[in-house]
Amino acid sequence: MKDNAIIELKNVSVSYGDETVLNNLNLTIRDKEFITLLGPSGCGKTTTLRIIAGFIDPDEGEVIFDGKKVNDLPPHKRQVNTIFQKYALFPHLNVYENVAFGLRIKKVKEREIKAKVEEMLELVNLKGFEKRNINSLSGGQQQRVAIARALAVHPRVLLLDEPLGALDLKLRKDMQAELKAIQQRLGITFIYVTHDQEEALSMSDTIVVMDGGVIQQIGTPIEIYNEPQNAFVADFIGESNIVDGVMLDDCLVEFSGSKFVCLDKGFDKNEAVDVVVRPEDVDVVAPESGMLKGVVTSVTFKGVHFEIIVDIGGFKWMIQTTDFHPVDSVIGLYIEPDAIHIMKKSRYSGLYGDYSSFSEEFDELSKPEEEEEE
Amino acid sequence: MNKRTNLRAKLISSPYIVWSVLFIVAPLIFVVYYAFTDNTGAFSLLSIQALPKYIPTFLRSIWFGIVATIICLIIAYPLAYIISKKTDKVQRTMILLVMLPMWMSFLIRTYSWMAILQDTGIINSFLMKIGLPPVHMINTGGAVILGMVYNFLPYMIMPIYSVMAKMDLSMIEACQDLGGNGLTVVRRCILPLSMPGIVSGITMVFVPSVSTFYISQKLGGGSFDLIGDVIERQFQQSYNYNLGAAISLVLMVLILASMAVMNHFSEEGEMVI
Repeated sequence: MKDNAIIELKNVSVSYGDETVLNNLNLTIRDKEFITLLGPSGCGKTTTLRIIAGFIDPDEGEVIFDGKKVNDLPPHKRQVNTIFQKYALFPHLNVYENVAFGLRIKKVKEREIKAKVEEMLELVNLKGFEKRNINSLSGGQQQRVAIARALAVHPRVLLLDEPLGALDLKLRKDMQAELKAIQQRLGITFIYVTHDQEEALSMSDTIVVMDGGVIQQIGTPIEIYNEPQNAFVADFIGESNIVDGVMLDDCLVEFSGSKFVCLDKGFDKNEAVDVVVRPEDVDVVAPESGMLKGVVTSVTFKGVHFEIIVDIGGFKWMIQTTDFHPVDSVIGLYIEPDAIHIMKKSRYSGLYGDYSSFSEEFDELSKPEEEEEE
Repeated sequence: MNKRTNLRAKLISSPYIVWSVLFIVAPLIFVVYYAFTDNTGAFSLLSIQALPKYIPTFLRSIWFGIVATIICLIIAYPLAYIISKKTDKVQRTMILLVMLPMWMSFLIRTYSWMAILQDTGIINSFLMKIGLPPVHMINTGGAVILGMVYNFLPYMIMPIYSVMAKMDLSMIEACQDLGGNGLTVVRRCILPLSMPGIVSGITMVFVPSVSTFYISQKLGGGSFDLIGDVIERQFQQSYNYNLGAAISLVLMVLILASMAVMNHFSEEGEMVI
């Protein structure tokens, strides 16, 4: 058992018929951390959460809680509680009774229940809502009741399944901050499932990026963003230009027909690699003084910056700049050594990172998730 | 434009209004009219005053109705739950089987039970063949209740099943998540959430059970007169429409009152348990 690990998943696999949902997953969750399972729909993140909650029994592998194997422990005996995607509040009970629900099952004394419910409703800013009917509450308020209900029974670990998915943007931001504050105040482990990379980056201590039932990378938000392990992670978290390159030597890479100084070492000589350059890390300069030269093919005003697509030798780069550059103008690009990140080739190489079909891709990305994997 | 849509709305709804007036409102008025008149058409309270004589019959009808409803509920609730947990295909088949008897005539179904329960019927022939003494079943209160349960059971299963099938699985998971074991989940979650189905099932079984008239004649052998039988006799044999109407009126009021009580329970679902 690793230091202060509260939950460990060892070689966990789940499949439904021919479809593998989780493939040999290994994950250690430390006590009191805010860990986010991040990935697109169908990546296995909700399944992982449900395994921890006890609603799914994995086909293979061990689920370890506090050093003990809990595979056979039913959900009601586990010290974890869940905030469900659609909250799953009980419509036949009012706010007070919903929050008191778990305490009543535990046969806590009425006086203590009252004190606890009041404390919880105060924690989530719903004081005075005790007698309200669940269906008369807004989405954000229902969300708060769900949090209060789950926290009232003192879980060691709180599982949150896309809890902010149904809220509008403004409310999401507020709730993100509030959830993070609650987590820090109570010192409870939060396991948070989302497909929203921004949410993951802003709230988590640790992010677990998943795709196709496999963990792609585990790291802090800064590690995940600055040092993605493969093209999938680089593309899923933020915007990235991912180009084919060749590692000429330690700290020297060639791509797009030019040589660049970078900070990455430890690759074989002349090893083919994926090179990631974030759009905001590229400086636009005069064509003659640039390391690369290209033609602007589209410009979009984004408020803080312009998002321009530049054609460099047939590969479309996305650049974020505060200066306006008209379509068809030729610009030079300057890339600092620390703006270049080198990744080993993976099965995702070549699939992501080119903005030539940007508009369609964007449409697809911004489509709301139609259904979450079971 | 508003006027025109208004006119169209009226036109479209007119057949239903005519229907309601002809077949619901008018009969009700007739019932009330007959109940408070004598056979010459003059105002009279004679029929109403004759009612106390029928109190035992009323009580027996209500008692049989309650027993039949409770038995239906005990059978239907677990069955509906089990059906709702099956795969879609199995669910469809099982619901079809539940409905199947309803496609046959009510009379035929009741006659069939006579054939089964008679002293020389199917069950007793079988018992005697294997050397057991015959059991007297026909013309007992139990046979009447059996007939009610058999005939009205689908009306209990269907509403409960439809509530259960629609029940959000995450509610049940939430209950487990908060520490509820199997029994707690049923008591604190499934039961209260299915209360609307239970209430409408009870209403749909209790009302026809209390007012039924044929089952008791055929399976009770005339010794378990129910209020429906009395009403039928007033119209079919005694031609005392006034008394029949008076009894009907009281029955209607009783049923409305019991439905009001039930609806009160359904609004405060958790109070029932």
